[in-house]
Amino acid sequence: MKNHSKFLFGVMVVSVALGSLPFLINSEYFFFAAYSVLQFVILATAWNILGGYAGYVNFGSAAFFAIGAYASVAGFKLQLPQGVNILLGTFVAGLIGLGMGYLTLRLKGVFFSIATLALSVVLLTIVINTPFLGGARGVYVIVPRESPIGVGYYIHWLYFMILGMAILSVVIARMIQHSSLGQGLMAIRDDELAAEGLGVPTLRLKLIATTISGAMMGLAGTTFPYLITYMEPTAVFNLSFAVNSIAMPIVGGLGTWLGPLIGALLLGTIQQVGSVTLSSTWNLLIVGGMLVFFVTLAPNGIMGIFKKK
Amino acid sequence: MSLDLLFNAIVSGLLLGGFYAAMSLGLSISFGMLDIVNITHPAMIVLGAYLAWWLHGAYGIDPIAAAFLMAPLFVILGIVVYRLYYDRFERDAGGGDSLRGLAFFFGLLFIVEMILILAFGVDFRNVNTPYTDVSLNLGFVNLPYRLLIPFLLSITLLLLIREFFRRTYFGRAVSAVAQDPLALQLMGVNPVKVKGYAFGLSLAVAGFSGAMLIIIQSVQPAAGREYIGLVFAVCVLGGMGNLMGTLFAAMVLGIAESMTSTFAGPSWAPAVSFGLLLLTLAFRPQGIFGK
Repeated sequence: MKNHSKFLFGVMVVSVALGSLPFLINSEYFFFAAYSVLQFVILATAWNILGGYAGYVNFGSAAFFAIGAYASVAGFKLQLPQGVNILLGTFVAGLIGLGMGYLTLRLKGVFFSIATLALSVVLLTIVINTPFLGGARGVYVIVPRESPIGVGYYIHWLYFMILGMAILSVVIARMIQHSSLGQGLMAIRDDELAAEGLGVPTLRLKLIATTISGAMMGLAGTTFPYLITYMEPTAVFNLSFAVNSIAMPIVGGLGTWLGPLIGALLLGTIQQVGSVTLSSTWNLLIVGGMLVFFVTLAPNGIMGIFKKK
Repeated sequence: MSLDLLFNAIVSGLLLGGFYAAMSLGLSISFGMLDIVNITHPAMIVLGAYLAWWLHGAYGIDPIAAAFLMAPLFVILGIVVYRLYYDRFERDAGGGDSLRGLAFFFGLLFIVEMILILAFGVDFRNVNTPYTDVSLNLGFVNLPYRLLIPFLLSITLLLLIREFFRRTYFGRAVSAVAQDPLALQLMGVNPVKVKGYAFGLSLAVAGFSGAMLIIIQSVQPAAGREYIGLVFAVCVLGGMGNLMGTLFAAMVLGIAESMTSTFAGPSWAPAVSFGLLLLTLAFRPQGIFGK
């Protein structure tokens, strides 16, 4: 129990510290960069729930992210309030996660991975052929310049929202890790057949995990249209979201809530610096390179390096 | 819809399908027979396309000649990659640490793509050969050589490799390694070496089909992503490691894609292979010919 109160205290300190940044720092660009990093915290944490805890590789992070984003766009066009759009995107992404899991999770894990890879392209094609969502040309989402809560600009408002979502995601991930759901998922990862034999309801747990993971990725996408204001389908369905959300947990350390957080902060920051000094090509090369480096030489990530003593 | 249009759609679907078989053939070997989920496969095809483009531009070598020249290079690359994969992911985990192995190939995919971008830029590249704009006119149907030649080469390649696996000692060893590596070891064959050579062969086929790809259409560094669904769909639909099944599934997919392009518009075409893949995985994961 002492650990839990320590964690709660940490969450409060981080919330207050990061939440007060808009009152201290003026640069809008800083919050743009911070938004991207926090967005990756959510994606990496979400990926880890299925990938790290249960050992199932999801290549479709970009698809789930885009589902959240496009659900939000649809809500925006129907003039629904922002809060409703966020819930809508999260719900739809979770539902599609459940559907995907239901169709493929009874197979060997690798088939699930390949199917998630396919999901992005099917959804991209549907969006491109749907004029209501902007089609191939893209769609504008007009946002006001001022923040709706009266503090700073709109980017500050988006920053507050993504910060809240990121903290919520990390808290959920930690709760799952310490719950019977998390224990069950880890049993599946270590030996699915044995887990099944011992009475772990493997399929049900995997379905719960895909649903939560998908919903969280969708959640990360819901505020994205408000950030970029012009949504172009190939930019939203970008595989770089997928490689990042896999690389971050693996670099940080799989299977704990802290690993993806460390990985996302590290790789996210490197890429923010990289996009100023280098190019997006170099960024992806660094992410891909670090993924291959860690997976071959330090399979337990940064957490593993420090735990070894 | 006119009969003429339908007929031409079927013919170009068949031609394209034959080529798709060559693109998926390497994956049928690595994924189907060796149980290595090589997601980098399509990126290797694009790498082959770029090497062929470069050989043509710098030395005037025809892409088809380049396809043969590049093959040894891809075999060596395959042996090196497999060695690394075996050391890190297969040896300790027995059946292969699928999560880390998948992540490894996914990272490799991005590395190959980004190196191609840094080396050749993001522009579309194409090759002009004497047969690029010529076609064989059979009156009712037009067969462009730029599709016909890769089609014939692909079919020949697939049949040759199939015979190779059936008749040679090495080929049988590859089939055996998938079923029982221990028994193979007891008979004095090193399964790691066999798998390494076979993986090299799978990449050589990928490079070969890349050289044909640059004849068929222009290529950009991330083009491989469009073929991920295609090659896996063909591989699964045809039945894992079943080469004739691969050919048949590729033809089915080629025709389905060409019909979709003709009658629903080209913008729907990418969804065909991926959609078919999702349906196959959901309802018939053992493929058309599976038990």
